Amino acid sequence: MPSIRLENISKYVCRNVNLEVFNEEFLVLLGPNAAGKSTLLNVIAGLIKYKGSVLFDGIPVDQLLPSKRKIGYLFQDLNLFPHLNVTSNIAYSLKIQKQPQNEVERRVEELLQMMKIKHLASRYPKRLSGGEKQRVALARALAMAPDVLLLDEPLSSLDVQTSKYLRMELKQLHSSLGITTIYVTHNLTEAEEIADRIAIIESGHIEQIGEPEEVFFYPGSEKVADFIGAPNILDCTYCHSLSKGVVEVGCGGLSIIVPDDGNTVKKIALFPRDIYVSERKPPGPSINRFKGIITKISTVDNMVRVKVEAGGNQLTAEMQHHIYQDMDLVVGKEVFLILKLRSIKIYRDEER
Amino acid sequence: MKNLKRFKKGWGILPVAIFLMMWEIVARLNLIPGQCFFPSFSTVVMEFYYLSANKVLGPNFLSSLIRVLIGFSAGSIAGLLVGIIMGWKDVVNKALNPIVSLIFPIPALGWLPLLMLWLGIGEALPIAIIFICSFFPILYNTATGIRTVDKNYIQVARTLGASDMKILTSVVIPLALPNIFTGLRLESGMAWRVVIAAEMVAIPTGIGALMMKAESLMRMDIIIVCLVVLSVMCFSFEKMFAFIEAKLTVHLR
Repeated sequence: MPSIRLENISKYVCRNVNLEVFNEEFLVLLGPNAAGKSTLLNVIAGLIKYKGSVLFDGIPVDQLLPSKRKIGYLFQDLNLFPHLNVTSNIAYSLKIQKQPQNEVERRVEELLQMMKIKHLASRYPKRLSGGEKQRVALARALAMAPDVLLLDEPLSSLDVQTSKYLRMELKQLHSSLGITTIYVTHNLTEAEEIADRIAIIESGHIEQIGEPEEVFFYPGSEKVADFIGAPNILDCTYCHSLSKGVVEVGCGGLSIIVPDDGNTVKKIALFPRDIYVSERKPPGPSINRFKGIITKISTVDNMVRVKVEAGGNQLTAEMQHHIYQDMDLVVGKEVFLILKLRSIKIYRDEER
Repeated sequence: MKNLKRFKKGWGILPVAIFLMMWEIVARLNLIPGQCFFPSFSTVVMEFYYLSANKVLGPNFLSSLIRVLIGFSAGSIAGLLVGIIMGWKDVVNKALNPIVSLIFPIPALGWLPLLMLWLGIGEALPIAIIFICSFFPILYNTATGIRTVDKNYIQVARTLGASDMKILTSVVIPLALPNIFTGLRLESGMAWRVVIAAEMVAIPTGIGALMMKAESLMRMDIIIVCLVVLSVMCFSFEKMFAFIEAKLTVHLR
């Protein structure tokens, strides 16, 4: 499967974009709406004219038609042909290439098995659920055994559970087929779960590219930090196991309990939205609850961010405006912070 | 349950039966002054029988039918072809659209005086009128149908290796069928309305001509027979296209 290199690509919002996707890699292109994610996919697929150069394994493919680039493209709306049944949808590209009928039947059968949709073979798209449509569209995209798979927010219209399940299947499929894959999304959780590397794109510019943990714990710019939720990143000075499943880490003057998976915790990320602020001491054991002093209050996009100094760390908590108005928070006031155990992201070192 | 369904289906005939009964009663009781102007339903049925038995209705009906079939087929094929090209090729659309937009609103019968002078009074006249009547609306609906196919389907087909011609025939035209059939269905009925009008004005044969002869003889029963034939043919043609449309577009709706 080829590596892909984009050199100085300019189209619409994208200006001189350079990007390299490694052979058999699963790269997630992550960014807000209108950042230029789909434009880059269309450029790679050759569906739009562009300035710059696209190279597969170092060979320019700019002059090649979409059909000659050996690409499987899964569009956001899936766009299954409504007048064709599942079998005909999957067989479409094979028939276009005038493959022998028995070869078409064999390949369709293979894909129906692979995507676990054999029972849907004769159904028409209007009688398929969102998840089933997604599988059929993927089978259709894979029919010609492409070298590169482009996925444009294919799971955005599905419910959370189905989306999560299909993500895992997609990842397994990628591992077994080894197709170089670019997956576009604006959903951070999706990106984190599925990516080998994440490329964060904003206003047509690649802001940062790296492994998911790298992007979380070492955001390259304020834009990236803001996009991923402006997490509080704390360095851990010590780490010892409390019991099977939880570990205590020291971050400045705070000891925080985090989930344990046998690795040494080097850093933790606390998202402002996952830190609760209380004016009174919260009831219950004082695990992951800290006293602190408010040092700053600011408003960002209808949310109020409260910066609190606790144990030598500056932690930012975020709350909705109406909650802030119900409280009496001012700079210099003493408050309590409560951390959600399962929402703490952990940057681990090699095994202990 | 089955009986109830049959009963419900049959229920629709009841208003028609009541209407025919009222018609018969009103005519027989001479409730409308001048009975000769208002023949009863049974008189019309008898006249239908006489006209058929005396081989008056058949040949006239056949003349009209042939004109409709030739004019409508030619108009639809031409409308479909030009409509597909206009819808698919933007440059052709830009070139032809102003002309089509200007000519399309002219009522088909508005062409009659011009065509009478150009073609003379003969078989070509009603066929030409039906051609014009069918061509523009079918062209317009086809071009609109082709143009409004979601562009993403075209992009998908392109990534799957389809050529422009293959995309047109395997994706765009099938997806434009609902629009195309709307034009065909409406114009198939309209072709009958137009042929009758053309025959009434200028042609000595056909259902329209028969109506004009009946009018000069003050034969209301014959006129009503002709109107019923016209109504049945409009209805049948429209229903036939609606049926084909339903069969072909069942997965698009």
